[in-house]
Amino acid sequence: MISISDLDKKFGRLHVLRSLRLELEAGKAYALIGPNGSGKTTLLKCILGLVIPNEGEILVAGESVRNHWRYREKLGYMPQIGRYPGNMTIGQLFSMVSDVRKASTDRDEELYEAFQLEKMANKRMHTLSGGTRQKVSAALAFLFRPPVLILDEPTAGLDPVSVEILKDKIVREKENGRLIIISSHIMSDLDYLATDLVYLYEGELLFHDSIARLKAETGEERLGRAIAHLMQAHLPSNA
Amino acid sequence: MFQLIRYILLDIVRTRFLLFYTALLLLSSIGMFQLDADTGKVLLSLMNIVLIVVPLISVVFSTIHFYNSYEFIELMLSQPIDRRLIFWAEFVATALSLVLAFLVGVGLPLVFYGGAVGGSMLLFSGSMLTVAFVSLAFLSSVLTRDKARAIGLALAFWLYFTLIYDAFVLWVVYQFSDYPLETATLVLVSLNPVDLARILMMLQLDISALMGYSGAFFKLFFGTATGAWFSSVLLVVWSFLPVVIATRIFQRKDL
Repeated sequence: MISISDLDKKFGRLHVLRSLRLELEAGKAYALIGPNGSGKTTLLKCILGLVIPNEGEILVAGESVRNHWRYREKLGYMPQIGRYPGNMTIGQLFSMVSDVRKASTDRDEELYEAFQLEKMANKRMHTLSGGTRQKVSAALAFLFRPPVLILDEPTAGLDPVSVEILKDKIVREKENGRLIIISSHIMSDLDYLATDLVYLYEGELLFHDSIARLKAETGEERLGRAIAHLMQAHLPSNA
Repeated sequence: MFQLIRYILLDIVRTRFLLFYTALLLLSSIGMFQLDADTGKVLLSLMNIVLIVVPLISVVFSTIHFYNSYEFIELMLSQPIDRRLIFWAEFVATALSLVLAFLVGVGLPLVFYGGAVGGSMLLFSGSMLTVAFVSLAFLSSVLTRDKARAIGLALAFWLYFTLIYDAFVLWVVYQFSDYPLETATLVLVSLNPVDLARILMMLQLDISALMGYSGAFFKLFFGTATGAWFSSVLLVVWSFLPVVIATRIFQRKDL
């Protein structure tokens, strides 16, 4: 579904992604992990076309990302920090995005209803708390039933009830055959949600395999411990 | 495209700054017509507003607006929309709202007090000058990530074109007064939208005393009609060249 080859990105002198190769398939949920500043968000933004890579190519369903925009119909994006026009109300925001997506019918309003955003439809975006903003981001990402969902730290800042609602939704969409990419630092969430693991370290791909195999190889039950094991194997000096 | 422009216009209207700007222009133009019965003199005073105030407000407002719309731009960029389209929608909406404010603020009193015929060039060059400085503001906005720096750059553009450039031209003319400078001045004037607008207005008002060296030469060289055409075309080029460059930079910008 998404195929990334030799992706390279520099911000000035900072080398953020180093010739990354990655194949992501539909029906799987990928956990994108790595230390802070390892290039997770940059990778996601490259797929979205928000960041323009220096070299390499990204294909989404066979279509190149470079200088194209129509492929973004297939993407739903939940940013790490949702920033929205402050003067707009929640209701206006949703109708505007539906307007430019030209999708007024067949919307997936499950999260919109579950998070009870209807009640707050008249609130302006700049008055919202960080958590409510996250809910808006989540509801927008799922709204148009995109085949690919890119979730950048989806559960950070949400209250426990909302986290469970969102996690259930992610699992259901994964079973519907969508491709899901989740970047997160919360291992227990990823353990529950993800089927595959992508580990980035300083812009390089350190590990890419299914979580089941990782657990079998390391003999650990929990993802957090399995990753700790993995890190010790790969970076003996840091152990 | 039209949907996007509509949403951006709604956002601009909501800030109320534009209403303030329109009221300011209205008040000062009506005031000038009240103070002086001679339409020619009023047009001359209005010309100074058009040459100094309009570019300043346009360039500062557009830069601030662009940075305030960063969230909107980011949101739209993750949707299936062409980057260029988002950028141009921002540009068209900003320029359109400022031109409308100018036309209402200066044009209405002009029509009301009967100066519309003599002031048509004033309205045209004022509008084009507005677009040119919105265009320059967009260029300075994509050149840097920092809002304060972008506003500084935008102000530098304004200062350069309204004040420093004139001083520079004067210096050139004075230094090389022993040589025939006609063509050189012509080129120098073409490189400044504010100069072009001033000459355009003066050609119509026919105030040779105030035309200065370059203006007088302009008239001599082209005659009124050709001179007006020449500077109009150049002014249109000035309105769009910076934003075309800015679009190319924006295409490759990381957000």
